[in-house]
Amino acid sequence: MKFNFGTLRAFVAGDRHAARVVPPSGFTAQLTLFASGAMAFLAVFALALSLASGRLAQRWGDELAGTATIRIVAPQDQLAQQTAAALQVLETTTGVARARALSDAEQQALLAPWFGQDLPLDTLPVPRLIEVVAASQGYDATGLRLRLAAEVPGAVLDDHGRWRAPLVSAAQRLRLLGWVAAALILAAVAAMVTLAANAALAANAQVVAVLRLVGATDGYIAQAFVRRFTLRALAGSCVGVVLGLAAVWLLPSGGDVPGILTGIGFQGIGWLVPLTLPIISAAVALLATAFAASRALRTLS
Amino acid sequence: MLRHNRCGEAGAGVIELENVAYSYGGGELLSDISVKLAPGSFHFLTGPSGAGKTTLLKLCYGALMPTAGYVRLFQTDVRSLERDDVALIRRRIGVVHQDVQFLDHLSVRDNVALPLTVSGRHAEAAGPDLTELLGWVGLTNRADAHPPELSGGERQRVALARAVIMSPDVVLADEPTGNIDWDMSQRLLTLLVELNRMGKTVLIATHDLGLIRAAKAQVQARVLRISNRRVQLAGADL
Repeated sequence: MKFNFGTLRAFVAGDRHAARVVPPSGFTAQLTLFASGAMAFLAVFALALSLASGRLAQRWGDELAGTATIRIVAPQDQLAQQTAAALQVLETTTGVARARALSDAEQQALLAPWFGQDLPLDTLPVPRLIEVVAASQGYDATGLRLRLAAEVPGAVLDDHGRWRAPLVSAAQRLRLLGWVAAALILAAVAAMVTLAANAALAANAQVVAVLRLVGATDGYIAQAFVRRFTLRALAGSCVGVVLGLAAVWLLPSGGDVPGILTGIGFQGIGWLVPLTLPIISAAVALLATAFAASRALRTLS
Repeated sequence: MLRHNRCGEAGAGVIELENVAYSYGGGELLSDISVKLAPGSFHFLTGPSGAGKTTLLKLCYGALMPTAGYVRLFQTDVRSLERDDVALIRRRIGVVHQDVQFLDHLSVRDNVALPLTVSGRHAEAAGPDLTELLGWVGLTNRADAHPPELSGGERQRVALARAVIMSPDVVLADEPTGNIDWDMSQRLLTLLVELNRMGKTVLIATHDLGLIRAAKAQVQARVLRISNRRVQLAGADL
């Protein structure tokens, strides 16, 4: 079978007469519809996971890349002095947009999850924290470390790089995993449609024989099967995507809190991404059926 | 009485087999067959069951390829044709198969129109010619029935109508009267003779000698006999 532009045009234009020559086969029809619907449903979740992971990686990357923390570890009587010295260093450091020391209340709030609300901060040797926000062009971390070492001996610069990198990497891999899962689901659709088309062609060997007897070309015969399976995959995927989107929409949201479990879903234009699934499914089904029909018609004598 | 081994007429044939052999499963079913069907000729192909009549017919419409020799359909060597080209040539050859094959989910009308449908002539498939053709084979009142509802004779007539709806140059019929009574056989034969008078080349494979004798009373028919894997022109004793 030659699946050329003419065949594709005939397919899109449709030929209800060609479609009628293949008898309606209820079982494979229902099976193809169900399988493509279920696959589309799962693909919506895979895409939701992938897009959510992408957003998370972006958020972590952006937010943490622009901030740093300076920890002042010094005896209580020198803490205020060294903090002031560090802030002075930061004021004259190129690429630092702003810097401020965290108040006792803020530090207490940070420690509260581990030590409770009633922590007597003033009785403990808790280091003073300085929040540094970088300007868009960033700052020279190595140079700042050297200046702090010289002028503020108790200051330790933490640019979050040590723990930001693996988190961003994990989120990016999760995003990749989502895309791989979506691709595998489409591959499964292709395999399923190929099997169903092969079964349909084998079950309709008599029909193929009759069509050949009256002068039907392989392209004509294949077109009837290809059109049928493509439309089934399209219909099944549409239903699956609608149900998948509804399920994602109903998932509990975590609001602004960036989390994997509460962040799965689509945002903005991301809601349009799953709408491409039925078209992709139909295209996959078209190619899979054309391939299966081409092979089967070569072997059916 | 059997005469010579080269069968057919002078001049270009619509279907020509030259030194054709056909083997299957290691055994040779047909050997050194040379047959030429001239335009407008009427032939019978006879021989005992299993002699290879159906195989020879299939070679004549490109459903099988010879293992040796040449099969030319309308002066074109079938070996040089792509599958789709064979399909296009087949539209010029109407075939009435031994075990009549239909699409059971379609009506008689749609089955008869099937050759028009697969060749994209949808308008004609619903046109007056189809009604006229159904009338010709006496099945106007069965147009909306489905093949499983038909008797053996009706099925054969539907098959004949389907075979001729494209106005083919050649009509090949494989045991067309195999499952029907004598009266219906005569009716079918009359239709085939009528087609021949319209200029169609007709080749009927049958082991029904009574049918051959009846035909020879109506039309000048040649009788080819398959024996020992070869085809010979049968004599006047048939």
